Amino acid sequence: MYFELNEEQRMWQKTVHDFVAAEVKPKARDIDETATFNWDATRKMGPIGLLGLSIPEEYGGAGVDAISAAIAIEELGWGCGSTALAIAAHNGLGTAPISLYASEELKKRWLPLVASGRGKLGSLALTEPGAGSDLQGGVRTRAEKVGNEWIINGSKMWCTNASIAEYIITLVRTNPAGGSRSLSMILVPTNTPGLRIAPAEKKMGLKGSPTHEVTYEDVRVPLDNLIGEANRGLHQTLATLDGGRISIGALSVGLAQAAYEAAIEYSKQRHTFGKPLAEHQAIQFMLADAATEIEAARLLIYRAAWLKQEGRPYSKEAAMGKLYATEMAERVSRNAIQIHGGYGYSREYPVERIYRDARLMTIGEGTSEMQRMVIARQVLLND
Amino acid sequence: MKIIVCIKQVPDSEAKVVAADGKASWGDAPLVINPFDEYAVEGALQQKEAQGGEVIALCLGPETAKEALKHALAMGSDSAILVSDPALGAVDSQGAAKLLAAAIPKIGGVEMVVFGRQTLDDGTGLTIAQTARVLGWPLLSFAGAIKVDGGKATVERVFEEGKQTISASLPAVVSVVQSIGEPRYPSFMGIRKASKAVIPQWSLADLGVTAPTPVVTRAALDNPPSRDVTCEIITGETPAQIAEALAEKILAEKVL
Ligand SMILES: Cc1cc2nc3c(=O)[nH]c(=O)nc-3n(C[C@H](O)[C@H](O)[C@H](O)COP(=O)(O)OP(=O)(O)OC[C@H]3O[C@@H](n4cnc5c(N)ncnc54)[C@H](O)[C@@H]3O)c2cc1C
Repeated sequence: MYFELNEEQRMWQKTVHDFVAAEVKPKARDIDETATFNWDATRKMGPIGLLGLSIPEEYGGAGVDAISAAIAIEELGWGCGSTALAIAAHNGLGTAPISLYASEELKKRWLPLVASGRGKLGSLALTEPGAGSDLQGGVRTRAEKVGNEWIINGSKMWCTNASIAEYIITLVRTNPAGGSRSLSMILVPTNTPGLRIAPAEKKMGLKGSPTHEVTYEDVRVPLDNLIGEANRGLHQTLATLDGGRISIGALSVGLAQAAYEAAIEYSKQRHTFGKPLAEHQAIQFMLADAATEIEAARLLIYRAAWLKQEGRPYSKEAAMGKLYATEMAERVSRNAIQIHGGYGYSREYPVERIYRDARLMTIGEGTSEMQRMVIARQVLLND
Repeated sequence: MKIIVCIKQVPDSEAKVVAADGKASWGDAPLVINPFDEYAVEGALQQKEAQGGEVIALCLGPETAKEALKHALAMGSDSAILVSDPALGAVDSQGAAKLLAAAIPKIGGVEMVVFGRQTLDDGTGLTIAQTARVLGWPLLSFAGAIKVDGGKATVERVFEEGKQTISASLPAVVSVVQSIGEPRYPSFMGIRKASKAVIPQWSLADLGVTAPTPVVTRAALDNPPSRDVTCEIITGETPAQIAEALAEKILAEKVL
């Protein structure tokens, strides 16, 4: 067993860290306060490869290994939860299904554009007003074949990036009979008539990452915009979400790392009862727990990523990594506020923002409850 | 156009450098590519993009300096060469110029050699002119912009007093300043290439030279005298009063 990043991964980590420290972290507070997306940094991400993590080189991507992808999202999360979520969703949800399943024509048409940073991003709409955890039973948005077009009607909720995307990969019902073979993924360009993207939702945190309700009214796209096979959309979605879980787990490790670093710094500066906070045992224990749990979460995430890149089953490990890392990030950022005392509750310090950002992670891309169900199903099946 | 970019590895700018027994040390602070040389790599890559050709990163230093060369590769340089020999002790700027000027003809066909304006460690900025002198090539220093046309390089020199446009025929040595443009971040593809790169190492024998004798020796190396800093918090009823008190202090201390 060898617990070290290789040289390529180390250089990549340093590059992304330096980039995030210079271009992303300094803007995190402002984009949260003003609910604006950090386009300046995003434009610069194209040439580095951050917008093409899951896109092969021949389509303008960086085609990075799964561990390097996790490293990148962790570093982004360390800098800014909002920016990290947008970029994680773009890579893991908005482009991965195209790289994995789409036709050569769709790949050529869309991937180089969204990987370069010159175009907008990618997005994926699964969730609906009546369908979140239960997609198979809940998805009502439907697509009908008419002539050489799909006609799509319905509505989607919580679509990350919709307003800053070139297209929305939309999970639709293509077989009214229902069941696991009744859904399909269709690429809908955001300028298609009949598609309406509502103003961004007002959220607790992650305000620099726009999330939207999207409605489809007789939206027509060519039959060729089908991604992968008709009626295989649920399988494609579940496989996409397995990868997305590693990403949200990595993002959470980054958030926790940032909260922990802020707590360490503060605990050395602030004095109570004649000594720095860091010399009080109660504070030390919180810091020790944070350091330990961050490390444990990172190892779970790296291992799930490693299994993925080895081409081995990783769905259980990804669920474990996501479950643990997201709940850990909530604990660590909660304690980071505690260590800051009253100042932690103030917007002057970053920890309250990190806490609000971390709160989403146990919900998006599969709630903690769904992760536990995935894990339980597999452990009961095997033992 | 074949372009050489000369780079050096230096302690990180945040390193705490201390002098002891006539030697400088910086603990376990990381060694990085000289920040000014990142601008040189950027300038060289811009020329390659404009003219076509290749960029070769050249470094004189210990084997660990390969890390700095890898950074230049990750930014987009095509290849890298390290000049390193256990026989080399302390090399002064003239010695470095002699060694670089021996390596450049060995590479062959070079039309432009690009340097950063100075290094972060010794910071003499002398090696550049000395290398040009040994090569017998013109020097276009402090370039904020470079244009190559018909075997001639024209640069806009940038300094405090203003700007100056000068040109010289190629081959030439150019040193660049920050106005050349922010150094690009390495790309994942560049990193992939850099991490796999086998960087050739040229010894003194490969260059057909002997270790240069330093003409400059350091008589002493001391830490700067420690300063006594006292901190005074200025108080007042209103921000205006505080500002006034502060302004008076500043004037009294003749800071302004
Ligand atoms: C900021 C943000 C960004 C998002 N981005 C996207 C996006 O880009 N694309 C997209 O498609 N979706 C996105 N989502 C939606 C997100 O994936 C869903 O909110 C999530 O999957 C949960 O679905 P739901 O909200 O419908 O909750 P529900 O499915 O209604 O669940 C409600 C609660 O019940 C629990 N629960 C449900 N079923 C069971 C069960 N069988 N057993 C036990 N407990 C259960 C859940 O765990 C949860 O606690 C985003 C959401 C947010 C908040």
